[in-house]
Amino acid sequence: MEKVFEVKHLSYQIGETKILKDINLNIEKGKYVTVVGPSGSGKSTLMRILASMISPTSGDVLFNGQPITSFDPMQYRQRVSYAFQQPTLFGKTVKDNLQFPFEVRKKDFDESLVKKYLEMVNLNESYITKSVNDVSGGEKQRIALIRNLIFPPEVLITDEVTAGLDAENKAIVHKMLNEFNKRGLTILRVTHDETEIDDAQNLITIKNGEVANV
Amino acid sequence: MSNLTVSNSTLMLGFVLVLVALVIGYVEKLHIDKDIIVGVIRAIIQLSIVGYILKYVIKANNNWLTFACFAIIVVNASWNAGKRGNGIPKAFQSSLLAIFVGTTVTLTTLVLTGSIKFVPEQIVPVTGMIASNIMVAIGLCYRNMKQTFTDRHQQVLEKLALGADIKLASLDILQDSIRSGMQPTIDSIKTLGLVSLPGMMSGLIFAGVDPVKAIKYQIMITFMLLASTGIGSIISCYLGYKQFFNERKQLKNELIS
Repeated sequence: MEKVFEVKHLSYQIGETKILKDINLNIEKGKYVTVVGPSGSGKSTLMRILASMISPTSGDVLFNGQPITSFDPMQYRQRVSYAFQQPTLFGKTVKDNLQFPFEVRKKDFDESLVKKYLEMVNLNESYITKSVNDVSGGEKQRIALIRNLIFPPEVLITDEVTAGLDAENKAIVHKMLNEFNKRGLTILRVTHDETEIDDAQNLITIKNGEVANV
Repeated sequence: MSNLTVSNSTLMLGFVLVLVALVIGYVEKLHIDKDIIVGVIRAIIQLSIVGYILKYVIKANNNWLTFACFAIIVVNASWNAGKRGNGIPKAFQSSLLAIFVGTTVTLTTLVLTGSIKFVPEQIVPVTGMIASNIMVAIGLCYRNMKQTFTDRHQQVLEKLALGADIKLASLDILQDSIRSGMQPTIDSIKTLGLVSLPGMMSGLIFAGVDPVKAIKYQIMITFMLLASTGIGSIISCYLGYKQFFNERKQLKNELIS
């Protein structure tokens, strides 16, 4: 199976505190990988390194066989997208957010495409003009995921995106992510959610900055 | 000029006003007596030196000396503006470029349009006025920039994570910071004549110039300050925001307080 990520002897420290210690792991293309571990174990740090949001202190990360440092960071982050636990919505309206990925790629706003994505997460087209202050936490997360997925990346990294969501919102997010995974999207999800861990097919456990099992 | 009657003895009597400030500080236990005394002594010494230097420069009427005064003012203003950068890397260099360009463009326009003449008694004070305004504007830009990067760092991270360039990720911060640098000048323009009779205009009226003529100078100064704070704010902000990111276009955590 083709590897999307190869992590080699990766370490990360802040001052004297070692957060990740000599991590070695491979992520195969098209997999839905679940990353678990206690709070503060270094899961999110590892994910942020893979998303090129921070750089490791030492070690290498290869993306499709090439060091991630060889890619332009902007282009890379369009291919490896990172979704945050409690996303903020930009600007004044939902449209400002859904327009953002188009702005990034210097493309015209495609309203019909946006409507299709809104439908996918059970939101109707009236949401486009809604104020960002008028959407609930669950709706906010769904809109934020559209920002990540409207131009499908090769990898989606989700950092506890379902934390704090009710069952209905969780189900909508799971359905969307499963659908994209079936279409070939590699997903790395960090979670503490028991059901998500039980359902996981590919589990990576991080403990004290080290890989406990793959 | 005969109506200007500030002599050494009247200055000494005026010192009573400093005592008023000292008494307020003492009664209210503000612990600012040392600052007031140091400030007053510095002001007296600095202004006395500048007074004698200006007297010499104006009398000499030499282009090189005028340029030297221009350079000293610009470098000093940049150094002070840089200090207000509060940890932003290369704040002095950015301020130097912003103040140099802002002052040069404005001065050149004023000289070429015939609003002022290239003589030291006009160039040196106008340089001081422009540079000090840009200095204050840059200080406000830096303070706002640092604060908003701290407040909105999550949003910047999310934009970067979506593949945005550092400029698009910090565009609203950039706009807010430029606005914060220009806002005091814009606000003061709105109240010109209603609340304040600014220094230039007051000085001319003091010196016996017809107030109608004095306002023309003040209008010119207003245009000048608007342009110079705009140029200074834009340059310092466009150079400043880049310092919040490393070469991998990642937000530098150490700058976010």
